[in-house]
Amino acid sequence: MSTSARDRILSRIRTANRAAGQVAPADADAAYAALSREYLRAHHDAGTNDITGLFAERAADYRAVVERVPESGLPAGIARVLAGRAAAASGSFVIPDGLPGEWLAGLPAGITLARDEPPLPPAELDQLAGVVTGCAVAIAETGTIILDHGPAQGRRALTLVPDFHLVVVQASQVAADLADAFGRLDPGRPHTLISGPSATSDIELIRVEGVHGPRNLHVLIAEA
Amino acid sequence: MTAPGQPGQLAAGEPHPGMPTYLGMPSFPDAARIAVADSQLRANLTHATHTIRAKRAGAVAELADWEQLRQAAKAIKDHTLAHLDTYLLRLEENVTRAGGQVHWAQDAGEANAIVAGLVRAAGADSVVKVKSMATQETGLNEALAADGISALETDLAELIVQLGHDRPSHILVPAIHRNRAEIREIFRTEMPDAPAGLTDDPPALAAAARSHLRQAFLSAQVGVSGANFAIAETGSLVVVESEGNGRMCVTLPRTLISVVGVEKILPSWRDLEVFLALLPRSSTAERMNPYTSTWTGITPGDGPENFHLVLLDNGRTSALADPTGRQALRCIRCSACLNVCPVYERVGGHAYGSPYPGPIGAIISPQLRGIADPVDASLPFASTLCGACYEVCPVAINIPEALVHLRAKVVDAKREKNFSPERVAFTLSGRVLRSPRLLAAAQRAASASRRVVARKGRIRLLPPPLSGWTETRDAPVPPPESFRAWWARTRGNRS
Repeated sequence: MSTSARDRILSRIRTANRAAGQVAPADADAAYAALSREYLRAHHDAGTNDITGLFAERAADYRAVVERVPESGLPAGIARVLAGRAAAASGSFVIPDGLPGEWLAGLPAGITLARDEPPLPPAELDQLAGVVTGCAVAIAETGTIILDHGPAQGRRALTLVPDFHLVVVQASQVAADLADAFGRLDPGRPHTLISGPSATSDIELIRVEGVHGPRNLHVLIAEA
Repeated sequence: MTAPGQPGQLAAGEPHPGMPTYLGMPSFPDAARIAVADSQLRANLTHATHTIRAKRAGAVAELADWEQLRQAAKAIKDHTLAHLDTYLLRLEENVTRAGGQVHWAQDAGEANAIVAGLVRAAGADSVVKVKSMATQETGLNEALAADGISALETDLAELIVQLGHDRPSHILVPAIHRNRAEIREIFRTEMPDAPAGLTDDPPALAAAARSHLRQAFLSAQVGVSGANFAIAETGSLVVVESEGNGRMCVTLPRTLISVVGVEKILPSWRDLEVFLALLPRSSTAERMNPYTSTWTGITPGDGPENFHLVLLDNGRTSALADPTGRQALRCIRCSACLNVCPVYERVGGHAYGSPYPGPIGAIISPQLRGIADPVDASLPFASTLCGACYEVCPVAINIPEALVHLRAKVVDAKREKNFSPERVAFTLSGRVLRSPRLLAAAQRAASASRRVVARKGRIRLLPPPLSGWTETRDAPVPPPESFRAWWARTRGNRS
C-alpha cells in the first residue's frame, strides 16, 4: 500500500503543479540558489557591540538566572551555584562525558556527582538534584542556548528530566544572530535550542514558567 | 457552548476517514450566532487575543528587516511547493539514510492506519502525544481509540481540551476559550491526581499538569508528534514548543512516529535562520520559544531506537492545483491571523467547524475538504475582508484574496443548481443598473418606501424573502431624493 500511495502522491503533485501553471525549472538547486534573500544576516555588529552582554540580557529576559564570570572564576562559580541548589533539593548532580574536570575542582563537601554510565533510566534521572553541562553555540539576538549533545552536554534526556540545569556558555560560543549560529552546527546531530526555563502560554496567552522541562535554568557565561 | 452533547462535540471513539467536518456542526452563520451570545466566551477571547496582539507587534518591531524575512520565507515556500516532488524524494532519501523509515499516506484514514499498525508493532497500547495539527486533522486519537490504543495529549492546552471532553478552538492555544477558573474546574473534576486545594493561579495549574503527566512520560514506549519543519537536504525534523512535553515525546520513548503534512518541507538547514526568526515572534510574541528540538533519523545511544515519518497528503495536492488557493500551503501554523481577526475574536474557534479555525482555517478547510458540505461552503464568507490577517502573516499569505477566490468557487458551484433567490436578485439588479430609465424608477420607488421600511434611520428587518439579507445586516435608509433626481431638478445649482 505504501509504495503505491507514494507514487500516487508524487504524481498528484506533478499534475497539480502543471495545472497551477507552475512549470518549475528542471534544476531545483539552481533555482533555490537564485532565491532573493534581502534580510540581514546579522542584526548586531560583533565588532562594535557587546554580544556577550546582549546574550546575557536576553537570556535573563526569559527568567533564566544569568551570571558573567571570568574564566578563572568558573570553578568557584559552579561550586557556589551547585551548593545553592543542593540546599534546596536532594540527590546528586549528573555530569556528562567530556565536561572539563577543572570546572568541578572547587566543589564543597556534600555535593555528590553521578555519571550517566551505564545510561540512567528516566526514573533515576527524575531523582537527581540537577545536571551540569556546557553547550555548542549560543545566540545573542534571541538569548538562546543550543546543545548538540556532543562532549560536555550528554544525551538529550540528561538535560530534560532533571529539574535543574546549570549550563556553562563560553563567550567564544556566543553567535550574534541565527544565521551565524545555524552555520556553526552539524545538522546530522540532534539539537536542543533552549530559551529560558520550561514555560507555557496556554492559559490566557500569558507566559508562565515551569512545566515539563527543567524549571530552573542557571547560565554561567565564562569570559576570558 | 462546549458542554458534552452539544453541537461541536466529537462522539467518543468515532473514527474519521478524511478530515470530516465536526459531527453535527452547524454552518458558520448559525454557529456564530450561538457563539456571540456567550458572553463568557467573548470575554475570554477578547482578553487573550488583545494581550497577544500588542506583544506580537512589539516582538516584530524589534527586527528592522521583518518585511525582508517575510518575503524570503514566501519565496522559499513557493519555490519548495513548485519543486515539492523533488524535495519530498530528497527528504525520504535522507531520513532513510539516517536510520528512519518513511511512510506515505494519501488521506487521514491511511495515515491513522499506518500509525495504529506501528504502535501495535511496537507492542504498545498507549502513546504520548505532543500537540500536532496534522493528527488533529486526521482525528488520530479517535482512530487509535477505536483500535484499543489510548493517546495521551501532553500539551497543557490539549490536555485541558482532552480532560474537558472539548474541542480545540485555536491553532496555538487550543483551550483559549477557557479562562483560569474554568481550567481549575476541569482539573478538579477530571484529573484524579489533582492536588487538594488547587487554585486558579496559572503557575499552580501548570504544576498540576507537570505532576499529572510525569509518570506517563517516564514510562512511555511510543511517542507521536507532528513537525514544524522537515529539512530535505539533511532529513532533519524540527519541533518548536514551549513546555518541554515535545522534548519528552521525541526523546524518551523507544519508538517515535511523526505525522507531517507534505507542505512542511524546507529545502535546506539554513532556511531555519528565516523561519525560526518569524515563527516564535508571530506565534507567542517571543524572540524565541523556550524549546526547539531537531533530530535526524536515529542517533545511537540518544533518543528513540525507531523513527517513523508519515508524510500526509489529505487534500494538500488538491489545494496545490489551485493557482490562487495554493498559497495557503505556505502556512506555518503560527496563528497570528487568528489573534488579529475581528471575526475570530467574537465567535471563537469552534464556529469554524474544523481543526483549523480563523482566517487561515477559512481558506484551508474548504480546500482540504472541498466545498460540498454547507460548513465548508460557508467558511469563505466568515470574514469581513479587512485584511488584518494578511498584514500579520509571516509568510505573506494573501488571505482576503484567497477568500474572495473561494467565494467565487462557492457561488459557481451554486450556479449549477436551477434556482437561487440570490441569482434572481442579482439578475434583476443587473438589468436595472443597465437601464437609466429603470434605475430612475427604482430610485424613486426606494425613496418613496423610506417611511415604510425604516425605523430610527436604519432598515432593520424586511419581510421574506428579503429577510435573508436583513437578518444579519442593517442598511441605511434611502435618501428622500436620489443624486440623479436632485441633479435633474437643480442642475447642481445650490440655490
